[in-house]
Amino acid sequence: MTVSANWYLSLGAVLFSIGALGLLIRRNVLIMFMCVELMLNAANLTFVTFARELNDIGGQVLVFFVLVVAAAEVVVGLGIVVAIYRRRSSTSADDLHAMKG
Amino acid sequence: MPTLLGGVLAAPLLAATHASTVDVLTFAVAATIVLAGAVGVVMAPNPVHAALFLIMTLFGVAVLFVAQRDDFLAVVQVIVYAGAVVVLFLFVIMFLGVDREENRAVEPLRGQRPLAVALVALGLTGLVLLGQIAHWATGQPSTSGVANGTEPNVNLLGQSVFTTYLFPFEVTSALLVIAVVGAVVLARRPASAGDDEVGIDATGAIESGDDTAEEGDVLEGDAADPAGRDGHAEDADDVEDEVAP
Repeated sequence: MTVSANWYLSLGAVLFSIGALGLLIRRNVLIMFMCVELMLNAANLTFVTFARELNDIGGQVLVFFVLVVAAAEVVVGLGIVVAIYRRRSSTSADDLHAMKG
Repeated sequence: MPTLLGGVLAAPLLAATHASTVDVLTFAVAATIVLAGAVGVVMAPNPVHAALFLIMTLFGVAVLFVAQRDDFLAVVQVIVYAGAVVVLFLFVIMFLGVDREENRAVEPLRGQRPLAVALVALGLTGLVLLGQIAHWATGQPSTSGVANGTEPNVNLLGQSVFTTYLFPFEVTSALLVIAVVGAVVLARRPASAGDDEVGIDATGAIESGDDTAEEGDVLEGDAADPAGRDGHAEDADDVEDEVAP
């Protein structure tokens, strides 16, 4: 018998909150990406917990897809970061005001 | 230190559930590692340290996957996330040379941090509250197979991916190809400024049309002179202005 699902779900919620907080307060685009990864991991943890709790393999399959999408997102995102760094020599979100009205 | 904290946490956990001591200790230690790593990612001033804290969190999540009998995803988590994604992060950090510490004392947007904390606290409270009062679990029977059985986790997952979720799985391959192509396009250097000038010159020459035939000798004569191209471009503009009305 494993630990109750409530504990896993609470941990997932707290992990997601920390990730969201980091995304809101940090200014380095790379660290903001890492915070997005934290949030994705919190979602994965919740999916796996529900897969066990509801006895449904669909939750684990969805985690599998989230992993793939996260990898693709990181590849494209870091490509954009490198492209921006070439133009502005900075990875701070404050410097990205080219589309400011 | 994590073990001590785990022991302190274990008492109420053990009382609240009927889990075995080993399970509770595993969860407590892994949860401590996960949260410490997450806080480290958010607080670390140096991006390299943040990436290392991220690895810590990812390992903790992998341990929690194993604790829930989800062995395959735990392995994938370590290989893909901790192995590939974080290495990619570190590679970009080193490549760009942005691994110096960020000055976090200054707060460019006044009140951003308190507002962020308040927003996140509000969101978390709302989530927990909704989780208590709402009935999100519909109780519908699973359409994709059972998760808890005597069969190994890999068999169950593979069977589901290649039957129920076959089409999404194929779409995933298209997504990966698009991501690779996108990364290659983004990583290529944009056409240099010199190429652009040539392009404009070529367009100007085409637009000026008969003008090039008349001034062909002038162009050849000025070929050695760097200013000759500019002069010709100006001529082309003049001709356009004359033609326009």
